[in-house]
Amino acid sequence: MAAIFQGVGAAATLSSSPSNSFVPKKFLTSPRRSFSVRKVPSYVVVRSDGSVNFDLNSKSRRAQQLVANAVATKADSSAASSSSNPGHELLLFEALREGLEEEMERDPRVCVMGEDVGHYGGSYKVTKDLAKKFGDLRVLDTPIAENSFTGMGIGAAMTGLRPVVEGMNMGFLLLAFNQISNNCGMLHYTSGGQFTIPIVIRGPGGVGRQLGAEHSQRLESYFQSIPGIQMVACSTPYNAKGLMKAAIRSENPVILFEHVLLYNLKERIPDEDYICNLEEAEMVRPGEHVTILTYSRMRYHVMQAAKTLVNKGYDPEVIDIRSLKPFDLYTIGNSVKKTHRVLIVEECMRTGGIGASLTAAITENFNDYLDAPIMCLSSQDVPTPYAGTLEEWTVVQPAQIVTAVEQLCR
Amino acid sequence: MALSYLRSSSSRSANLLRPLSSAASLRRPISTDTTPITIETSVPFTSHQCEAPSRSVETNPSELLTFFRDMALMRRMEIAADSLYKAKLIRGFCHLYDGQEAVAVGMEAAITKKDCIITAYRDHCTFVGRGGTLLEVFAELMGRQAGCSKGKGGSMHFYKKDSNFYGGHGIVGAQVPLGCGLAFAQKYSKDESVTFALYGDGAANQGQLFEALNISALWDLPAILVCENNHYGMGTAEWRAAKSPAYYKRGDYVPGLKVDGMDALAVKQACKFAKEHALKNGPIILEMDTYRYHGHSMSDPGSTYRTRDEISGIRQERDPIERVRKLVLSHDLATEKELKDIEKEVRKEVDDAIAQAKESPMPEPSELFSNVYAKGLGAESFGADRKEVRATLA
Repeated sequence: MAAIFQGVGAAATLSSSPSNSFVPKKFLTSPRRSFSVRKVPSYVVVRSDGSVNFDLNSKSRRAQQLVANAVATKADSSAASSSSNPGHELLLFEALREGLEEEMERDPRVCVMGEDVGHYGGSYKVTKDLAKKFGDLRVLDTPIAENSFTGMGIGAAMTGLRPVVEGMNMGFLLLAFNQISNNCGMLHYTSGGQFTIPIVIRGPGGVGRQLGAEHSQRLESYFQSIPGIQMVACSTPYNAKGLMKAAIRSENPVILFEHVLLYNLKERIPDEDYICNLEEAEMVRPGEHVTILTYSRMRYHVMQAAKTLVNKGYDPEVIDIRSLKPFDLYTIGNSVKKTHRVLIVEECMRTGGIGASLTAAITENFNDYLDAPIMCLSSQDVPTPYAGTLEEWTVVQPAQIVTAVEQLCR
Repeated sequence: MALSYLRSSSSRSANLLRPLSSAASLRRPISTDTTPITIETSVPFTSHQCEAPSRSVETNPSELLTFFRDMALMRRMEIAADSLYKAKLIRGFCHLYDGQEAVAVGMEAAITKKDCIITAYRDHCTFVGRGGTLLEVFAELMGRQAGCSKGKGGSMHFYKKDSNFYGGHGIVGAQVPLGCGLAFAQKYSKDESVTFALYGDGAANQGQLFEALNISALWDLPAILVCENNHYGMGTAEWRAAKSPAYYKRGDYVPGLKVDGMDALAVKQACKFAKEHALKNGPIILEMDTYRYHGHSMSDPGSTYRTRDEISGIRQERDPIERVRKLVLSHDLATEKELKDIEKEVRKEVDDAIAQAKESPMPEPSELFSNVYAKGLGAESFGADRKEVRATLA
């Protein structure tokens, strides 16, 4: 299922394809404003069917199937119909492991370091059995010393190794902030390009299992200003595996944010080798009335709200931004130009979160296309409480999303 | 006696000798004599959890003269940097290494370019020891394009990848985990090389050092932690910052060695010993007892927390260049005049490099946005004026 929704800019749906029988008539009328195609970088994107796109602008795109189904991840829709292989079903943490394992087989320079990743198998089982397969030198159990083992990962990366550093919980990486900011992010620049740091820093974060304030942190807002790093957030098994592989292959330091509540999501993913573009957003549900930008766990709250909204007659366009740094302003921009209303739903705190930066970026670039001020729904600016009901109200709930869309579309 | 100068190209086989000359400076020859001489170090080594190496160091006339020349070059370079800073051609921070040259030079004599060195911000001389040219040094200090980091790093960010010099780090202590990571990579690739991670007496109190040491000892990494103990962490004397100033003992289960850091031969012996040890038994700590004549940086006069008598006392009794000069003269390896000539040449070399560096242009404005990411992302960046200055981060 997710294969169909991967990274399609809205321009593609508009410009193509008579074979697209699901397209409502509205899409084919000329838009209110003319599109100016912005200069975009060209990426190599290997899609799940094996075809390779070299340029996001290219018209030679496969016909994209629009599905009115609001919830993207249920495997009941024909996920496999797009490719000849039936694919295989697995959980998100297994998808991460598969991606990691494949990359470790492919490149002997890839190694994993973290607490309890080796013999224990990983606190969320992402690295289960990897130590048995690859040995203790490639899957390293570290002592509880985030600052230094992150530093060691960066030092190893300077020589050409490709370590994957796991923070048992993203919040623990605050102890390694100096290493991540000064060394990981900046060494490529301060050395005048001599060193690249092909490191991947990954770990679960986010609110959800009544873990308390210190274990429910959203570090994407703290890291987002660091120059030189890339940040991505995965949300489905498909993009988890794809982003993990792309992050490992990237020459830049990449921070991969996972979410504690999403590890047991099940999906059918393709058998063949694929990666997801690190800088690309994912179109979850094309729509027309409002653009909802979200990432990670909030995607599911949004899709749940979308069901309600569809019943009420709204047609929201849901985009999983995936790339938190840099933002995929191309996909987002095309969506804004189509719908003229933006709602951002995120799990970061209101102050200084990803939503705050995204609001600023959209306002600066697409102010002329907006019919209403951007609404940003974020978590409350409080430490996450332990009590279940309070914890629920820290984060954005689907009911609030529905209300916000109704307000926005008034 | 007839003296013939050792050109750098002919010394590739010897991992002991790394003359620092630029191509067209020397007309007069110096001894290529490699007949071994044995010299005793100034003081015996003190060891912790290991057996100290012998006090007798094997060297030869050629090496001693190379030491002299290299240290004189480094000394001159640092003094010249001092004047350039006062002339406001170098800005920001400038941490000078004069007094500590023996550590850089002795270390180089014991290792190869496959071994890695990583140090903190007092890195100008270590960079030169690794093969960096004077032009790269001065151009980087003045922020010019010809600098080793293209002018974007500055005094605290010198790097030389092809000779395994990993910098150049501003945050105290952060380079030690990086250094252990380098050692990890060496073990991973089965290189048979070691990493020297240098830090100061101030950084010796950082937690990440002990974390990294624990991991290195646990995983048997070929990491050598070298504490350049110049007795002052900026303005704080070591006895005011550390409960136990015996830094070589701080490793507890990790062996340590205390070395007279003003004696290049002692440093060489210790580093050789450490390299053999690290390849077999894992990490070891070296404490180099050394001294800096300048203050912590150019903004520190260096005399508010120590007496001028102390500084001049050390200069008279323990100066590394004077020690080598005395050795050379007492063993009749060169005359007084020849040594003075070397110093004059070195001075000229430094002046030439400065003149050349001054001619190098400042970086282009587009360089602001280059090298942020490794490959072109197309991510856009805006300057202060959001409408006008737009660049694509490359």
